Amino acid sequence: MNIKKYLKVYSNFLYTSLASELEYKTNILIDLITAVLSLVGSIFLLSIFFQNTKSVGGWEFEQALIIQGIYTVLNGITNTWFNPNLTEIVKYIREGTLDFVLLKPIDSQFYISLKKIAPSGFLEILLGFSLLLYSIKLNDININLIFLIICLTTILSSIFILYSLWFLISTTTIWFVKTWNATEVLRSFLYIGRFPLNSFSFSIRIFFSIFIPIAFITSIPSELILGLAPMWKILLEIFVSGIFLIVSRRFWIYALRFYSSASS
Amino acid sequence: MIFNSKFRKLSTLLKVQYSNMLEYRVEIALWAISGIIPFFMLNIWTNNNLNESINYSNTMLSRYFLSAFFVRQFSVVWVVFTFEEDALLGKISPYLIQPLNPFFRYLAQHLAEQVTRFPFALIIAFFFFVLNPGSVWLPNINILFLSFISTFLSFLIQFLIQSVIACLCFWTEKASSIEKLLFIPTLFLSGLLAPVSSFPEYVKAWIYITPFPYLIDFPANLLSGNQANISGGLFMQIIWILILYPLFRKIWKEGTKKYTAMGS
Repeated sequence: MNIKKYLKVYSNFLYTSLASELEYKTNILIDLITAVLSLVGSIFLLSIFFQNTKSVGGWEFEQALIIQGIYTVLNGITNTWFNPNLTEIVKYIREGTLDFVLLKPIDSQFYISLKKIAPSGFLEILLGFSLLLYSIKLNDININLIFLIICLTTILSSIFILYSLWFLISTTTIWFVKTWNATEVLRSFLYIGRFPLNSFSFSIRIFFSIFIPIAFITSIPSELILGLAPMWKILLEIFVSGIFLIVSRRFWIYALRFYSSASS
Repeated sequence: MIFNSKFRKLSTLLKVQYSNMLEYRVEIALWAISGIIPFFMLNIWTNNNLNESINYSNTMLSRYFLSAFFVRQFSVVWVVFTFEEDALLGKISPYLIQPLNPFFRYLAQHLAEQVTRFPFALIIAFFFFVLNPGSVWLPNINILFLSFISTFLSFLIQFLIQSVIACLCFWTEKASSIEKLLFIPTLFLSGLLAPVSSFPEYVKAWIYITPFPYLIDFPANLLSGNQANISGGLFMQIIWILILYPLFRKIWKEGTKKYTAMGS
């Protein structure tokens, strides 16, 4: 019953936000071109790194393309769901409209995280999956059922980690009101997810495995897909994403205790 | 006389905007941190010895990327986003009555923000030198002066390009997506992520007639003491400003004719 209710609410969210986004049709077209150019640019940069060497950080060009694919998928998801919704939190809190969200008989985190949708990110997701498929073929990986399950689990886990990171930072808005630039910092850190983590120096690798787990977002999933990583890493990845989801949930509930609305 | 009064207006605007920007110190500090992508790139280059093939020693490359960081810090432009918001909310109507082109107000905002940002950039540079003691250098006063000029010209080019895009708001309302599109070639071709001299020949063949290498690569090479064609670079920067300024004047004139005040 509950799930049914949420599904129904979500389909209404989809309908209203798609309707309002389609008001700006040229915008969507421009965003599509941006997505394509952005992928071309990343591959161009990668090809510069590989122009005089066969491997960077132990990764060959064809293998690094898998990372690009996953990154593009995740970036598309960020642009479709996380970015339009979580930047809204600032507005809710500054204008005190979070009150209305809290009064609604549905979960506030659900509402805040999924209210809006930016359709132009879909193409990026599609592009990412095509690149992923292409590079799976390039690397001669056999596609079977177990492989598909691994793929799906690992990508889902990275989506959850990424979501939790965004949501954690956006939650701090309750105290600091303006966190627009904090998400910019996260964005610039996530940028290194385009490259194999092994190509960075030891200290950076440690930082991005433990403090901001970008390793778990792109590098480890790619290793799993390529069959380079031992199987226990997938359990580790599920474990990390679980922890992050729980922490972000707890943190949101904790933060709400400090929400004091805004005078209107 | 006319020049004098314009100067007075501009200096007052600067003072006001500076105290305004000081209110947002934390924001600006975070923004400065989000510009550290060049350092990640440096890490990839040197950690994998990729720089040997492009004739940059480790030291020179780290100086290059530090300079790129600095040039980027002082040439960040966001006028299109502010203008779009002001245009959508009808805020520019009162500005239009004032005896000064509203873009001077935005220019003052940017300059004031750069002054506020300066100490944070210095702190980041200090940490960079602590971690990379070998790369410490002090450019001589002439080079410092010329780099300052070329960084400012780079800022002006980007400011003019964005102002032209911002004026498109008069026609399309949402011009920021065009800016996001243009940001992609700026990101990949300006030298922020890789020095232009490392690009493959088929790109180098045409890139020097575009404005991109003069945005970051040229000022950064100049400041870091790498090979730079000083007169040629400055010449191209000025040429681009001479092309863009009349374009901006024209589109501004056309746009304001078209402007229908929105909101209140």
